[in-house]
Amino acid sequence: MKKMLKYSALAVAGMAIAGMTTATQAGELNVVSWGGAYTTSQMKAYHQPYTKMTGTKINSIDYSGGLAEMRAQTESGNVTWDVVDVVIADAIVGCDEGMFRPINVDMELAKAPDGTAASKDFLDGTLQSECFVPLIIYSTVFAYRDDAWGGKKPTSMKDVFDLKNFPGKRTLQKSPQNNLEWALLADGVPLNKIYEVLDTDAGKDRAFAKLATIKDQVIWWTVGAVPPQLLADGEAVFGTGYNGRWFSAIAEEKQPFSMLWDGQVLDIDGYVVSAKGKNIEEAMKFLKFSTDTQRLADQAKYISYGPARKSSGPMVAKHAELGIEMGPHMPTKYADQGFLTDFKWWADNSDEMKERFAAWLLQ
Amino acid sequence: MAVDTANNGVVLAADGRPLKESLNRALRKNRMRALMLVAPLLIFVLFAFLIPIIDMTFRSVDNWHVGTLMPKTSAALANWDGKDFPEEPVYAALVADLQAGAKSREIGKVGTRLNYEKSGLRSMITSSARKSKRLKEGPYKAKVMKMHKKWRDLETWHVIKRNAAPYTIGYYLNAMDMKYDKTGEIVMQPENRRIYGKLFGRTFAISMAITIICVVLAYPISYLLATLPLRYSNLLMIFVLLPFWTSLLVRTTAWIAMLQSQGVLNDLFVFFGLVDDANRLQLIHNLTGTIIAMTHILLPFMVLPLYSVMKTIPPTYMRAALSLGANPFVAFVRVYMPQTLSGIGAGSVLVFILSIGYYITPALVGGTGGTLISNQIAYHMQSSLNWGLAGALGAMLLASVLALYFLYNKIVGIDNMRLG
Repeated sequence: MKKMLKYSALAVAGMAIAGMTTATQAGELNVVSWGGAYTTSQMKAYHQPYTKMTGTKINSIDYSGGLAEMRAQTESGNVTWDVVDVVIADAIVGCDEGMFRPINVDMELAKAPDGTAASKDFLDGTLQSECFVPLIIYSTVFAYRDDAWGGKKPTSMKDVFDLKNFPGKRTLQKSPQNNLEWALLADGVPLNKIYEVLDTDAGKDRAFAKLATIKDQVIWWTVGAVPPQLLADGEAVFGTGYNGRWFSAIAEEKQPFSMLWDGQVLDIDGYVVSAKGKNIEEAMKFLKFSTDTQRLADQAKYISYGPARKSSGPMVAKHAELGIEMGPHMPTKYADQGFLTDFKWWADNSDEMKERFAAWLLQ
Repeated sequence: MAVDTANNGVVLAADGRPLKESLNRALRKNRMRALMLVAPLLIFVLFAFLIPIIDMTFRSVDNWHVGTLMPKTSAALANWDGKDFPEEPVYAALVADLQAGAKSREIGKVGTRLNYEKSGLRSMITSSARKSKRLKEGPYKAKVMKMHKKWRDLETWHVIKRNAAPYTIGYYLNAMDMKYDKTGEIVMQPENRRIYGKLFGRTFAISMAITIICVVLAYPISYLLATLPLRYSNLLMIFVLLPFWTSLLVRTTAWIAMLQSQGVLNDLFVFFGLVDDANRLQLIHNLTGTIIAMTHILLPFMVLPLYSVMKTIPPTYMRAALSLGANPFVAFVRVYMPQTLSGIGAGSVLVFILSIGYYITPALVGGTGGTLISNQIAYHMQSSLNWGLAGALGAMLLASVLALYFLYNKIVGIDNMRLG
């Protein structure tokens, strides 16, 4: 109903301002991303230089993730989003359903400055879908209040599940993803065996059982801005969140938080191009420009997410406004303490796991 | 049938036509004019309300994916008895469908659809479609079995055959916490996997509680508003309307600041020594938070109809009752209250139906104990993309509201409802 309302509103608006349509004009691109500090970093690193170079106007559109809007546009046959910033799990599903355009990485993307082919330059394991070009590595990671337990500081995932030594509320994302992995990790499963264990029925039961030990101390969040707020208010002592959000809370707002990098879950975010978009040629040009070595390194000047190209790594410098050395704030620096989400496992199991998780919450 | 029999019994208008016909014509003209005036509204309701609801209901049974994208397999499976693995022609049809689906890049939709029924079928379909490009000639049975372990599971074939039909009740089964077992029988979900029944129950219970609290709180306020002199009651009215005009999100966020354990209310309790600093009350991210915030948001919907009904009750009735010997309590219960019933009815229906569909407030302050069925519908619309299930849940919610409305009409009578 909301969508219908929106369309009728659009239609009315379209009639009123004749000539002005929502579809892109030639020499214009609609680029969609997550909003906030993240979109700002992309506008400074990709959009503005690109417009300066080519004269193409870029409309930046915010969304809150997920494939709902893209699927609705594809079904209605009126695709107005040209380039979309998605998490890899959505890219895999959208690619399989034909919403996104397959990309030949070596032919259509820029080489590294030393001539290395693009497929070799992107970090290992990041090219998981033929439609998806990785931009950044981010992580979902725990942070805690420095003043919560006197001088005591948590050092590992086990401490998060230890209510005796580290009492207080925890705020976790209301989703089985990551939480089940962390529960197993805290239960003594080694990093490289997590998905092997989770693939068995006994492993799933074990993960839910471990999670149940802290269930009544958990405040579940659904919006990424909430956990830093809960920690700042003293409502929670531990929280999971995107590392970029924690960085801005700690470095920019000077909150008394620290990161617990142990068990961080690395995830990949990147661009896809609509298969049925109206400006595919222009979109591909923009894609090639924004995913080259320099642009990815530039983005890290504005936000603490690690660039997805190996050749961009050494070029990451100081924060453009705060003057902080960004290297130590990149999740890629602590990669050995965490693990990469198994996207394929989740693509298969998320429907069932999410239903089970919802039922578990109700018990 | 009286044809024109001169003036015999037929009254003529000034222009010589029969008066009846003339009158009808005038009425028709008026009706047309009225229709033209309401046409924008009708069109709006049609596009913004009826079509989406019909579309939603249709989606809850629509099952086009497998039949359309795997037509040969669907046809080949039609005669399969389901006792043992299918014969060679089915595998040949499957490979042809997978190859075509891989080429049109739409086979993922089948994977998405089947994965709702059984986890793991998404990757079975997509990976098999990729591998099928290399299969050039038969016999295919052994080759298909080798592509993915799920092809060697009889249940997979049952799922495909069941979903080859163009319509399904699968989404409704899911929405009622039921499922097909391995052999295709309909069974209840195991106790610890049931979600929707509990959520529907909770949604109705919370809505009922909110409605009752609203009546209890709104009754004295409205009484005061209706009986005070105008200049005081106008001021009071502003206190009722001001929150009503404030954005929903602002009010919800304000409640978070008020109720959280380091919030204003808990600080006051601690200051006055009512609770210990270490054991601050958990008033938010649970059922309590949802009820408090929603009651506050919905209270004006109860106050306004009650007020407008009470305003019309002449104060002389009460005086008459008192002068006839009733004590104030009896007079109030036997004379005043019955006259406000229509207002209570109107307010209750408004509040109850609004709270059944609420979702932003429970999502923000509800935690796990205070989320409602609409949050689960929103989740299936936005995150899991299981629009069929969202449609089924929505249709069930709509049906139950209509049933309650019908019940209300039977018991109280909708004509007795007055909004002013």
